[in-house]
This record gives sequence, C-alpha cells and structure tokens, in this order.
Amino acid sequence: MSPFADLLEALAFEPQRLGKLRHLTRYLSRTPDPDRGYALGALAGTLDLAAAKPALLRRLVETRVDPVLFALSYDYVGDLAETVALIWPSRPPTEDPPRLGEVVEMLASAHRTSVPGLLEAMLDRLDASGRLALVKLITGGLRVGLSARLARTALAEYGAVPVEAIEEVWHGLDPPYTELFAWLEGRAPPPRAEGRGLFRPVMLAHPLEEAELSHLDPAAFAAEWKWDGIRVQAVAEGGRRRLYARSGDEITAGFPDLLPALDFEGALDGELVIASGGTVRPFADLQSRLNRKAPAPALMERLPAAIIAYDALSLEGEDLRARSFAERRARLETWHAARAPDRITLSPLLPFASWEELAARRAEPPGPAVEGVMLKRRDSPYLAGRVKGHWWKWKRDPFTIDAVLLYAQRGHGKRSSFYSDYTFGVWADDGLVPVGKAYFGFSDAELKEIDRFVRAHTVGRFGPVREVTHTEEEGLVLEIAFEGLQRSARHRSGIAMRFPRVARLRWDKRPAQADRLATLEALLAAIEAGGG
Amino acid sequence: MPPPSATPPLLVQRPAGLYVPAADLHIDPVRPVERAVITHGHGDHARPGHGAVLATPETLAIMAVRYGPDHAGATQPLPYGRSLDLGAVRLRLVPAGHVIGSAQIVLDSGGMRAVVSGDYKRAPDPTTPPFEPVPCDLFVTEATFGLPVFRHPPIGHELARLAASRAAFPDRPHLIGAYALGKAQRLIASLRESGEAGPIYLHGALERLCALYTELGVELGPLRPLREAGAADLAGALVLAPPSALGDRWQRRLGDPVTGLASGWMRVRARARQRNVELPLVISDHADWDELTATIAEIAPARLWVTHGQEEALVHWARGLGIDAEPLSLQGYTDEGDGAGETEAPA
Repeated sequence: MSPFADLLEALAFEPQRLGKLRHLTRYLSRTPDPDRGYALGALAGTLDLAAAKPALLRRLVETRVDPVLFALSYDYVGDLAETVALIWPSRPPTEDPPRLGEVVEMLASAHRTSVPGLLEAMLDRLDASGRLALVKLITGGLRVGLSARLARTALAEYGAVPVEAIEEVWHGLDPPYTELFAWLEGRAPPPRAEGRGLFRPVMLAHPLEEAELSHLDPAAFAAEWKWDGIRVQAVAEGGRRRLYARSGDEITAGFPDLLPALDFEGALDGELVIASGGTVRPFADLQSRLNRKAPAPALMERLPAAIIAYDALSLEGEDLRARSFAERRARLETWHAARAPDRITLSPLLPFASWEELAARRAEPPGPAVEGVMLKRRDSPYLAGRVKGHWWKWKRDPFTIDAVLLYAQRGHGKRSSFYSDYTFGVWADDGLVPVGKAYFGFSDAELKEIDRFVRAHTVGRFGPVREVTHTEEEGLVLEIAFEGLQRSARHRSGIAMRFPRVARLRWDKRPAQADRLATLEALLAAIEAGGG
Repeated sequence: MPPPSATPPLLVQRPAGLYVPAADLHIDPVRPVERAVITHGHGDHARPGHGAVLATPETLAIMAVRYGPDHAGATQPLPYGRSLDLGAVRLRLVPAGHVIGSAQIVLDSGGMRAVVSGDYKRAPDPTTPPFEPVPCDLFVTEATFGLPVFRHPPIGHELARLAASRAAFPDRPHLIGAYALGKAQRLIASLRESGEAGPIYLHGALERLCALYTELGVELGPLRPLREAGAADLAGALVLAPPSALGDRWQRRLGDPVTGLASGWMRVRARARQRNVELPLVISDHADWDELTATIAEIAPARLWVTHGQEEALVHWARGLGIDAEPLSLQGYTDEGDGAGETEAPA
C-alpha cells in the first residue's frame, strides 16, 4: 500500500503532465502484480471499490477519538477523508502494512457487514499516507489529476508500444491487468481483443497552415464541415452497443437516447451533437449534457443527441480500416441509404474544384455548429493517431477582442515564478467587467514582459492573486483570440469564452481603447442566430 | 485550592510577554524591555533593543549575527544547567531540542517551580541536545501543532521521499524551502547522516547562519553559495533557500526545479497546495501532537499554560487528565515560519 500511497501523493502535487507520466511509469516498473494493476485501475477509473461511505468512516473514527478533538481537527483540515487518515490513532501494529492487492481483494470479496471491521484492522496497519490512500480508494475520490488517457499513455511508454496499441485492447481487459503487463514486458503475446464492442483508436487530423495548400492537390481530397461537437465512436457488435469519446473513455451511459439508433453491426466514427428540428445546435447545448451519468428524460427531450457520421471502421462484421477513405465512405453511404437510421445523419461532402472555392465555402458556414472544414485524402486508410499528410483540419479564423488585464496569478511548475494566469475584462457601463481567463498564447519573451508589468503595477493582493492597474489611461491591453461565446450564469458578464488565449500584447493601446461588453453581446447574438 | 495569598505569583502575563516579578525579568518579550531572558534565536522570540539579555551562548551568538553585536545594552551568557540567582528566584536553562541553543527556562522560588518551554521538540536533531523534561508545578507549553492531525513522520521517512524524487528526476535541481535558522541546518546535518556527501547549494540568506553553526561545531559538510554555481553544477543539485524565495524571481536561475518545502504544515494537503510545491516534506522543529501530549503526561504539572498555536485542543485534552490547563493569548509570536519575517534577505 505504501508505494501506491507514495504514488498518489506524488501525483497530487505534480503539476506537469510529463512529471505525472514519469511517476506512473516508475511505479509500474517497480511494483509487482497484482498491486500495480489495481493501482492502474484505481487511477483510470476501472476499479470500482466504492466499499464505504464517508459516514462509516466517521462512525469508525468516533469510536477512537474524542469528539471535541475530532471536531476541532475536521474544522481545521476541512476534508473528512484526510482528517480521518491523519487523526486515526493506530494501535501498535501486529502485522505488516497490507499490500494494495490484499486490500482490494479483501474488500471486493467481503460481505457488507464485515467491511467496518476489515477497514478498522487495515487502518491500524497503515501509516498516515497509507490511510489516506485507503480512504480515498474506498470512497472513490482519488482526485490526483490523472486521466484514463494519461494512464494508458504511461502504459505505452512503459512497454515501448504506441498508445493506440493499448487503446485497442484496453476495453477488453480488467484490473489487475496481468496479461497486459505480461505482454508489455515481452513475456507473452498481446492480449486478444476478444470482447465485443471494443474501442478502436481514433484517426486524428493536423491543423492546416494555409501555406501548405499550394503543395496539396485538391483532386486528391474530400472535404466536409468540421462540426463543433465531440468526436464519438459508436460501436454495435454482438448485441452490445457502446459510445466512446476520442480519448477511449466510454460515454454510453450519458446518451441512452442514441442507443436505439445503433442498429448495425460495426463501428462508426462521427460527431456527437445536439440536434432538433433538423438543425445542429451550438456546442453550449451539448455541454449541458456532457459529464452526466444518467440524464433526466426531460433533458433528453429538450436537448436530443444525434450523431453526424463521417466514417465506417467496420460494417457487417468486416474491418474496413485498411481500405481507402473513398471506399469506406461508399460503404457508409450504402448502409445509411438502406437503413435511414433515426438520429444518425451523414456529414455531407463539400464539392470543390479549387482551394479558393473551398476557402469561400469555409468563410460562409451553414450555422453555429460548424467550426471550419476538414480535408481527407481519398486514398488514405484509417490510421490510428495523428499521422501527418492524411487528414487536415482547417479551422475558421478565431474571433478577437481587445481586453484589459485585471488580475494575474503565478503559474505552476516551470512557471511558478511567473505571473502567467490572467483575468481580463472589457468595458461595461460601470467600468471594466471580467470576461475570461487566459494562460497561454504568449511567447516566453512576452511572458517576461507581462510578468514585469504585473510586478510593477500591482495595486492589490488577494492571497496568490495580484490586481494590476486598470484605469482608462494606465493598464495593459491584451488582444484575446477565442473560438466562440456562450451564455453563462456563472460569469458576472453573463458570457463565457471558448478557448481564450493571448494573441498579442497591445502596448500601443490605452485601456480606454479596449472593447466594450456590448461588442461581445452583439457577437453572441450573431453566433446564436447562426451567422457565426 | 488557591495558593496562599501572601505568595506573589512566580509568573504573570504582561503586554510585552511573560514576566517574572520577583526577578524583574521578561521572557521572550515582543517589545524592548530592561531585562529579558530569551529561549531561542527565532526572530519572534529574540528581538533587538533590550537593556540586558540573558540567554545561552549559542542564542546570543545567533542574535549577534542577525542584529549586530550591539543588539542589547548588555548580554550575559548562561550555559545549559548552570544556575543563576536573581532575587528570590533561581533560574536555570535546560535544552529544549528546538534549534541550536534553544532553552527551557526553569524558575524555582519558595518551593514552587515553573518551566517555560519556549518552542521545543522531542524528535532527534543532530544540531542540538535533546529536550530534557523537568518536573514542575507550572508548565508553559507551546502548541504550534496542537491538533491530533499533526503527527510528524520520522525525518528519515521524509528524506527517503526526497531521495526518491531525486532519483525520479535526476536532471532537475531540487529546491527545498527551509527556515533559515534551525530547519536548514537540521536538514543538512540529517542529510549528511543519511550519507549525502555532495555539495549542497545555499541561497544567500542561509549562508551566515550555516557558517555560525559550523563555528559552533555542527558538521554540515561541503556547502556552496548558489551564486557561484555554474549551469553544469545545477543538474540534479540540491539547493536550499528560505521559504519566501520559492516562486520568487530568484529561482529562475534554476530553470525547471522540483520545488519542496520542509514544514510541519505540509502534513495537511490544503496548506501544502497553497504553497504551490511539488514535494511537501513534513519536517518540523516543533513538537507534534504525540510529542506535546507525551511531554505533558511525563512532566505531569499541576497547572498548564498553553500558548502560541492551537491552544484549544491541547487545553481540552489536558483538562481531561485533570490538569488545571488554561490558554494564554500571547501576542506577537508567529507560527512555524514558512514565509514571514526573517527569511527575507538578499540572495
């Protein structure tokens, strides 16, 4: 348990993705089966051990700790799991600390009534960080900022295989993943992806630099709209129907209204959107359905989900991935015409003879749910990952506004000595109102300039946050680029930006010359009206 | 059972701090007074400007380094264990185990004994003799970590975590924030005991006090000023700095260091997160809950005064044992320094 506890501790305090990967691969290489496999499952969310509720922990700790001391401590620490872990008065241990595998297997096979006793005995055998790991494990909240995707990336790094190879088999395996480790360590062949309804690694596009177009032959490419939803893989095999996000995470439970439409034998690639009355709705509508494990019927009726299909990876039991895009598209169209499935439409191909013609179409998108065009080589097979030269995304140009820097906060890791996180605002009737935050977009040299400005123009400090000068005459104007706007009750301005970043520092402008909130409101109205 | 009214109290509370009327003496006064006895050299206990100062030779040496030789009108060194009669009071300094020279003040008068602990710890520390428990009638204890969630692991456990991080990131410097007086030197001396023989790089604010420790006979091994380190020296280097330097522009010369902080507060995640460090090390020069309660149980005073820290929990616990315990609200003392005050100095 102690190596697992150390890993959780290290991950919880490690801000950088590469650092998290390093910690996890080291752990995997130094920890035996089945402990490491259970740890992997706990981190990736595939190990469901929710064996105890916080109330049980509280009851246990109250049998051992004076209630006044517990209350004072809980008040100070602020987190029940952590308070219990820290305050637990161990008796002198009679046994060694349990291994993670022992803990998991014991709890998984325990009868509900024997869980409290088991837990108490295990808490006695652990030190404070071990107790915290145990308590977080059984209450289901590790919260160390590590995604399932990052866990699979660590596995790929550990075994020196492409992450797509891990994704291909991942959903057919369960903790403690011993056959997976045996393969990654060269002791066994790859586990066979035998289960039905498995995820296939997704093919990704490169952003297009417009200068590259002159090297590309328009006749070799098909074009489609780039839809502003989330990438989805719909799989129906042997009676199983599943929906996966691009990361390989399963999202079936959030979209039960789509499952009847998955009336095929195969795997389709497409965009998950909200569509009603024949129109695709803005991304904001989809957002209110994401991350819901069990959506209410009323929500599904108001915001019905749909799939805009653009590729077929497998149909009627035949794996099509080695075939060309043109062939796969033909198969997809034939299937769609024959079935005319409810809630699955085809992403139309955009006819064009020259790049100029396509550029003109890109400038006039049909609605708010389009964020550019996609180019796909007609002869490309379906390749896992972001392989250059096959698929391109040509996004519409971002929106930009001039905003005024209001607050700055220091970053993490490499940036911990720089003020690198910015809150910016635009003018409303009663002064500047915050409209967003940006953490990137600037160069290292620009970061230094902003940092110097922040330190020299601080007018207030709130914990780690500095407020900087922002009068009409004095302040820093930032040109902010963003992908879209949506209404938000959580922001004082009533507007939230998508993907804001600092495009330029406008030292040449006075704050009084920055944009007004009315400009953003007009833009939002135009987006909602479909003008984009 | 009140004491006979004819006997004046041995210790009273005054605005400047604890006061011994029979000897006209303040203990760790927070403002200039005529006569002061100082428990240890931390800036919130040892302040400049007193008329006369009584303290261990080590504490006086620290005050001279920090405030200059003229920090008080007169100074009188009193080594551990030597007694001094001041009017009707006999005074003795006894090791407190907190930092070098730190002392408890033992006061005997008319058959009564009071002990003022200052700050103390029971965990081993190669830079200072261990805390000596002295049986007494009135014990004045600190309570910086006076909640049962504060239990400091053995320092070896935390040094192993530091070693593991250095092994995981061998190319990155490890920058550890440690209080300039006591914590930094204990960390260095403990690293030496654990076999670390290489150079350790110091922020400028640590140099004078490390030099003083060496003069006082504490073996710290090879120490180098960070400003003399070349880029090649810094890969994988161990660098110590006062906590206030973490996240400061000063640290940019280290590129992408793993940052750590050695403090008892690191036990609680929310506090550790606030400090924005990757490697929180639970290392403290204060007694944790188990040490506080074990010490009070061992000394078994009839009366207990609890000061600077989490008084409420410790008072509640002591009353449960039948000890006449009271919180003292002394102003002007900070908790374990992880940033404030004395750590600011030119790099």
